[in-house]
Amino acid sequence: MSTTSVDLQTHGHPAAHAGEHAHDPHHQHHFTTMEQQFDTSKIGMWLFLATEVLLFGGLFVGFGMMQARYPREFVEAHTHLVRWQGALNTVVLLISSFTMVLAVQAAKKSEKGKQVLFLGLTILCACIFLVVKYFEYSHKYEEGWLPGRFYSYKGDSIPACHAAPPGEAAAAAPAANAAPCTNGYATFFSFYFMMTGLHGFHILAGIAVLTWILFRAKRGEFSASYYTPVDLVGLYWHLVDLIWIYLFPLYYLIQ
Amino acid sequence: MDQGIATSPHIGDRPRPKKNYLNETKGFWSWAATLDHKRIGIMYLVGVLTSFLMGGIFALLVRLTLLTPSHKLFGKVLLTAEQYNRVFTLHGAIMVFLFIIPAIPASLGNFVLPLMLGAKDVAFPRLNLFSFYLWLTGAIMAIAAMVFGAVDTGWTFYTPYSTTTDGPVTLMTAAVFVLGFSSIFTGLNFIATVHKLRAPGMGWFDLPLFIWGIYATAIIQVLATPVLGITLVLLMLERSFGIGIFDPRIGGDPVLFQHFFWFYSHPAVYIMILPGMAIISELIPTFSQKTIFGYRAIAYSSVSLALVSFIVWGHHMFVAGQSQLATVVFSALTFLVAIPSGVKMFNWMLTMHKGNIKLDTPMLYAISFLTMFAIGGLTGIFLGTLATDVHLTDTYFVVAHFHYVMVGSTVTAFIGGLHYWWPKMTGRMYSEAWGRVGCALWNIGFNMTFLTQFFLGSKGMPRRYYNYLDQFQPLHAFSTVGSWILGLGLFITAAYLLASLRKPMDAPDNPWNGTTLEWKTSSPPIMHNFEEQPVLEREPYDYRPVLVAK
Amino acid sequence: MEWLTRLMMPPVGSEFAKEIDFMYMGLFWLSVALFCIVALPPIYFAWRYRYKPGRVTPHITHNTPLEIVWTVVPLLLCVAIFFWGLKGWMEYAVAPGDAMEVQITAKKWLWQFEYPDGSRTINDLHVPVNKNVKFIMTSEDVIHDFFVPDMRVKHDIIPGRYTEVWFNPTAMGKHVITCAEYCGKGHSDMHGVLTVENDADFAKFLETGGTEWEDYFNGKDPKKTPADWGRVQYETKGCNSCHTLDGTKSKGPSWKGIWGKMETLNNGSKVLVDEAYVRESMMSPSAKVVNGFEPIMPSFQGLLKENQIKGLIAFIQSLQ
Repeated sequence: MSTTSVDLQTHGHPAAHAGEHAHDPHHQHHFTTMEQQFDTSKIGMWLFLATEVLLFGGLFVGFGMMQARYPREFVEAHTHLVRWQGALNTVVLLISSFTMVLAVQAAKKSEKGKQVLFLGLTILCACIFLVVKYFEYSHKYEEGWLPGRFYSYKGDSIPACHAAPPGEAAAAAPAANAAPCTNGYATFFSFYFMMTGLHGFHILAGIAVLTWILFRAKRGEFSASYYTPVDLVGLYWHLVDLIWIYLFPLYYLIQ
Repeated sequence: MDQGIATSPHIGDRPRPKKNYLNETKGFWSWAATLDHKRIGIMYLVGVLTSFLMGGIFALLVRLTLLTPSHKLFGKVLLTAEQYNRVFTLHGAIMVFLFIIPAIPASLGNFVLPLMLGAKDVAFPRLNLFSFYLWLTGAIMAIAAMVFGAVDTGWTFYTPYSTTTDGPVTLMTAAVFVLGFSSIFTGLNFIATVHKLRAPGMGWFDLPLFIWGIYATAIIQVLATPVLGITLVLLMLERSFGIGIFDPRIGGDPVLFQHFFWFYSHPAVYIMILPGMAIISELIPTFSQKTIFGYRAIAYSSVSLALVSFIVWGHHMFVAGQSQLATVVFSALTFLVAIPSGVKMFNWMLTMHKGNIKLDTPMLYAISFLTMFAIGGLTGIFLGTLATDVHLTDTYFVVAHFHYVMVGSTVTAFIGGLHYWWPKMTGRMYSEAWGRVGCALWNIGFNMTFLTQFFLGSKGMPRRYYNYLDQFQPLHAFSTVGSWILGLGLFITAAYLLASLRKPMDAPDNPWNGTTLEWKTSSPPIMHNFEEQPVLEREPYDYRPVLVAK
Repeated sequence: MEWLTRLMMPPVGSEFAKEIDFMYMGLFWLSVALFCIVALPPIYFAWRYRYKPGRVTPHITHNTPLEIVWTVVPLLLCVAIFFWGLKGWMEYAVAPGDAMEVQITAKKWLWQFEYPDGSRTINDLHVPVNKNVKFIMTSEDVIHDFFVPDMRVKHDIIPGRYTEVWFNPTAMGKHVITCAEYCGKGHSDMHGVLTVENDADFAKFLETGGTEWEDYFNGKDPKKTPADWGRVQYETKGCNSCHTLDGTKSKGPSWKGIWGKMETLNNGSKVLVDEAYVRESMMSPSAKVVNGFEPIMPSFQGLLKENQIKGLIAFIQSLQ
C-alpha cells in the first residue's frame, strides 16, 4: 500500500506544526482542511433542510386532500383568519431573513459589533412573530375555532358535527336520519394549528439556536476563517421563513 | 510492497499494534461518550442484535400459537387473542423499526464506511453519537410501551383501528418517531461523508460497491423517513385531539392514512434491501478473487432503485379502495422497479463465473442470499401482477414474500457481512466448522418455515390469524417446526461468534485477500483507522497480479 | 399438471377462478425457469470454479451487449406480464350491469348480508349458481376485507364509504368467506359461509332463511332438536362473541343457568328470564340491560328468521 506524506495522525497542538498555519481551534481532526470541514457542514445542513421540506410537505399534502374533501367549509373557515396579522408576520419574517443575511456578512468580515446587532435584530423579529401568533391563537381560543373535537364555534353556515366519544361504535355509514353536519371546520382548524404550530415550534427552536450563536458571537468566536455556525443557522432560518411564505397564502389568501 | 494478489491470504507484514480502538481507552464513559465511528458501530451492533433476539422470541411465540388450528397447546391456551395480536404487532414493529432498518447501515455501515473511504471518521461524529442515543431512546420508549400493555394494531397501524383501540398506541408511535430521526441523521451523515471524505485519488467510480449501496440507502433514509414522522404525528394527534384526518367517524379518510404510511414504508423496504445487496457486492468478488462484473451497472442500479422506490407505494393498496387509475399506474411502475434488482443478480452470477471461489462462511451466506433473493424477488411478480394480487394480497403469500426479501435476503446478507468483517472488528477468527453448521441450519430452517407459507397463502389462508381452518394445519405445523430449526441455527451462530471473543486476537490484517481499504489496516484497526492517509492507487476489486494504474 | 394447481390453489368456484389459476401457474413455471437461470448457476460455479491456489482469474469488467440484453428482455417480459394482469384486473374490477346486488355490512366480528328483497342474514350468504352477483360493502367500525378464496376475489371494506366486488359462481355447494384485513380480537373467527345453489333453493332460502332448520323441528333425528338448532345460531350469528356458556362474564351475561332466573337490571328492577324477555333482548336489546353490563348489544331485528329465534330460546332454556 502506497501512502502520501500527509500525516494526519499527530494533528495536535499548534506547536507541532513548524511553519504551517496556526491550528484553528475549531478544526476537527477527521477533516484535512478547514475548507473541507466547512463544505461538509454545508452539505449536512442542506440535507437537513431537505428533511424539513418533506416533513412539512406531508402536512401540505394532507391539507390539500382535506380541502378537496371539504371545499366549502375550508373557504368559509379561512375567513376567520385575520389577514393583516398574517401579512404583518410575513413582513416581520422577511425582515428577519434580511438581518440574518447581514449577520452572516458581518461574521465573514469579522465585524463583531455588527454580528451581535444583526443577530439580535433577527431574534427580535422572531419574538415579534411569536407575539402576533399568541394574539391570533388566543382569539381563536376565545371564539372556539379549535382543532378536532375541541371545535365549539356555533356560527357556521353548516352545523359542525359533535364527535362521537372515543370507544362508542357510532354508525359510520352515511345515515339518512341524522341531521346534516360537517367536520370540515374542525378539520380546517386542526390543520391550521398543526401547521402553524409546527412552524412556530421551528421558530422557537430557531430563537434558541440564534441566542446561542449570539453569545458565541459576543465572545468573538466567529471571523473570516470560521463562521460556519452563523452560515448554517442562516440557512435554517431562511427555510423557516420560506415555509411561512407558503403557509401565508395557503391559509390567509386563498379565495 | 504488494501483497501477492493471486496467492492465498497471509499474515500481514506489520506486527499487531498494541493499542487498537477497543483497548486504547477504557471505562464506561470512554464508550458512552465516544465519537469513534467504530465504537458507535459496535454499540449499535449490540443494540440491534438484542432487538433481533426480542423480535425473534415473539416470532417463535407466533409460530407456536399457530401449531394448532385453535391456538391451544396440549389442550391449554398459550396466548389469548388479544395477547396474540400484541405479540404479532410487536414482532413486526421491533423487527422493522428497532432491528432491520438500522441494522446494516448503523452497525456494519458505521464501522466500515469510513475505513473503506480511507477516512478517519464520518463527517459528523457528534451527530453519529446522537443518532445512537436517539435509537436507544426509541428502543426504551418501545419497551415502555410493551410494559404498559403493548399495542395490537399490527406494525402498519391502519386507521381507524389504531385510532380507536386501547393501549399505549401514542407511546409506541412516538417511539417509532424518535427511531425515525435516528435513521434520518445516520443517512445524512453518510451522504456528507461519501461526498467529502474520500481518500485522495478515490473518484465516485472508484468507490467500493458497499459504499454505493449505503449511499443509495442514505438517500432514502433522508427523504422518506420525514414523511413517516409526520404520518405518526398525525396519527398521535388524531388519537388525542380527534383532528379528523383519518377517522371516518369524524370526517377523515382511512385510505389517506395508508397512502401516507406506504409513501414511507415502501421506500423503507429498500432501506432494508439495498445495504444487503451492498454487502453481497463485496462478498462475491472477494471470495471469487475476481473483479466484479458490471461495476457501473450495479452502482447505477442501486441509485435508481432508491429513486424508483418512491413511486410504487400504491402496490400495497390494490384492493384497499384507491382509484383504478392509481392502481394501474402503480402496477406498471412496480414492474419497472424489478429490473435493477434482476440486473444485479446477473452481475453477481457472472462475477463468480471463472472465479477462484473460496467457500468460507461469508460466501456461503452470499450464495444463500442469491437463492433466497431469487425466490423473494420472483414472488414479488405475483403480487405486482394485478389479477393475481387480488387473490394473494392479505394472505400468507405476502408474509412469505416479505420474509424472503427481508429475512432471507437482508438478514442473510447481514450475517454474511458480520462474518466477513468479524475479524476486522474483533481481531479474532471464528470457528469455520461451526460457521458451516450455522449456515446449513439457517438455510434449512428458513426455507422450511417460509417456503411453506407461499402455499398457505395461495390456498387462501389470510394474515394475522389466531385461529385457522383445520385444513391448513399440516402446512402450519411444518412451518412451526422450521422456525425451531431456524432459531437453533441462529443460536449456534451467536454462540460460536461470542465464543471467538474469548480467544486472544489472531486475525490477520487481510484474512480474505480483499482489495478495499479496510483490509489495509490492522484487525482490529487503531483508533484513528490508518497510520498514514491511504491514497487509492488501483480500482476496487482489481485482482490482476500486476498493478495496473487507474 | 392439474394436480399441481389443485395442490396450490383452493377449489375452483368460478370461471374467473380458473383464469386466475391459469395465470398463477403460468407465473409459477416462469418463476421456476427464472430461478433455475439465476440461482442455480452460482451453485454450479461454486463447485466448478472452486479455489485452487495460484490460479489467476480473468479481469472481466463488463460486457455491454450482454448487459443490454439482460435488461431489455426482462423488461419486455415484465411489460407482457403487466398487461396480462391488467386484463384479469379489468374483469374483476367492473361488475356486469345485470348483477344482482347484495349489500354487505361488516362489523366486528360478523358479516351482515342484505338481499334485494330486504331479507337479511348474518354470516350466511346464499347466491344462485351461474348468475352475476355484486356486493356493495361498507363497515360500521374498522376496515375489514371480504375474501372468498374459491372465487379468487377480495376487496377491503371501509367505514364511511362503499366498495364493490363481484363474481359469478359456477360451483355449487359451500365455500368459505373470510375476513382478510386485521380487525382485532375476532378477526380470525370472522368466517362466513357462501352457499351456491340453484334458483329454486335460493328462492326458498330468501323466504325462510333456508331449509336446514326443518330437520331440527320435525323430530325425526333425536340429535337434531330445536335446542341444537339454537346452538348452531349461537355459534354462527355472533352471539358467542359476547355471551359465554360456562358462566364466565364477558361483554354480555353468560347464558349458563339464566332461564327462569330473576335477573336484576341496571335500573334496579327485576325481570324474569322467559321466552318474552329473551325475544325482547334480541329485538330491542337496550330496553332492558342487565346490571353490570354496557348497552352495546346490537339489535337482531330482521336478521333472525322465526325458526332461528325459536331455536335460540330452546337452546338457552336447555342450559341449566
